[in-house]
Amino acid sequence: MSERSGSITSKLPAAAALLLLIFFWWLLCASGAVPSYMLPSPVDVARAFVNDFSNLMYHAGTTLQEAAYGLVIGVVLAFAIATVMDRFLILDRAFSPLLVISQTIPTIAIAPLLVLWMGFGMAPKITLVVITTFFPIAVGLLEGYRSVDPDAVDLLRAMGANRRQIFRHVKFPASLPYFFSGLKISASYAIVGAVIAEWLGGFEGLGVYMTRVKKAYAFDRMFAVIILIVVISLLLMGLVDLIRRAAMPYANIKN
Amino acid sequence: MDLLRAEHITKRYGDRTILKDVSVRLEEGELVSLLGLSGSGKTTLFHVLSGLIPPEEGRVLLNGEDVTAKPGKVSYMLQKDLLLAHKKVIDNVALPLLLAGRKKKEARKEAAPYFEDFGLAGTEMLYPAQLSGGMRQRAAFLRTYLSAVAASGEHRLKGAQMPSGAALLDEPFSALDTITKSQMHDWYLDVMEKISLSTLFITHDIDEAIVLSDRIYILTGSPGEIRDEIRILPERRERRDFNMTGEFLAYKKQIRDILERQQTQ
Repeated sequence: MSERSGSITSKLPAAAALLLLIFFWWLLCASGAVPSYMLPSPVDVARAFVNDFSNLMYHAGTTLQEAAYGLVIGVVLAFAIATVMDRFLILDRAFSPLLVISQTIPTIAIAPLLVLWMGFGMAPKITLVVITTFFPIAVGLLEGYRSVDPDAVDLLRAMGANRRQIFRHVKFPASLPYFFSGLKISASYAIVGAVIAEWLGGFEGLGVYMTRVKKAYAFDRMFAVIILIVVISLLLMGLVDLIRRAAMPYANIKN
Repeated sequence: MDLLRAEHITKRYGDRTILKDVSVRLEEGELVSLLGLSGSGKTTLFHVLSGLIPPEEGRVLLNGEDVTAKPGKVSYMLQKDLLLAHKKVIDNVALPLLLAGRKKKEARKEAAPYFEDFGLAGTEMLYPAQLSGGMRQRAAFLRTYLSAVAASGEHRLKGAQMPSGAALLDEPFSALDTITKSQMHDWYLDVMEKISLSTLFITHDIDEAIVLSDRIYILTGSPGEIRDEIRILPERRERRDFNMTGEFLAYKKQIRDILERQQTQ
């Protein structure tokens, strides 16, 4: 993976494709093929972004806070659940189906319920983020624990290791790559989850901002906030990659 | 006195008998090999000797103490080197000391002096992925030795009077190419002089068994039984070009006859 994303030249095609897309978008608007009240041009969007920057940042701060709290709680919960389920087969059998079912519940449907139960503050947003983020991490961890080489477990047992030591020296390290793949997905879910929850009821956050500009038919600002959400999600995923590299220095070693 | 003894081991999986009434012993300071064709239950026997799995019948004694189904007493090097990719070489090697309750720093300090003798100097802070096959094997072997040290609580490098514990090696050299393998044979005999560890090792290579052993057990059949026991007389220090001698060929013929007789039966 490091070979593919490492050099600048390997990123050139992606950058070129993005610029090309923006260029065609601009061309579509500038030529008058699509009226500007339906599709704002990239220039309008950029202008809206700059003009409303402080407002956007204020709402982004709220959303990020909700996403961060939710993600942290999600990680802790996922770790606890996955570890206990891995330790006790009976719990795994009991709760595996429930875990899967919990993921088929549409977030759009439960978000209003959460608002109803918990009010318009941060609590329902954080809760929704927890619900959407903990699953990929828990599944990743469970799969990771099971990916451990049984011979490595035998080796540690032969050295007289107890269950805790086997977990610490073999199982947990084996789960790390899976954990970080799950965390990367969850980081992007976290922002989207927070925005959806805000969308369905609240006083601040990017989701609230979205509903407001939508009602005002300010599509340029609508696009600006969408792009901001994309950028924040990408930055978060990048941050996860940085943490992964720091936590697993051995994974980037070339022989 | 026997350091390690397995008495009348029988191991079954369901109604399949893998090992039938197998008894082996390992004296202090001895290098003994367990030679057998694949499927004769060699690895199963080692799993029993190491305490990883319990036998249906029989018992395992270490220094007279019953260690049947008690892992952590007999040091065991499994067929793969199983160096943990996420640990530096020094931490891989020092793992048995860490598991025995030493602090990470102490464990490293205790393991470090052996790197020179095991041909691993300078690899301490590398990750296993950066080592060659031969080096990985030596690192795994050093870990096995330190595992015996951790179990017996004694270091025996240089001027050793008494061996420190027993080690089981499951085909330690089989994954290596021919040249590396013969270099490792010489190295193995050298290092065994220094650390005087008593080892029982599995091989399916007749030449290797003759060059490296004081005694050879021949395990054949299904279920596996000890068919024969052969003592290799020349001293270990005379073994360097032993495989060029007529005496070596005589041993080889004797062992091949036993194995062939077994197959035609």
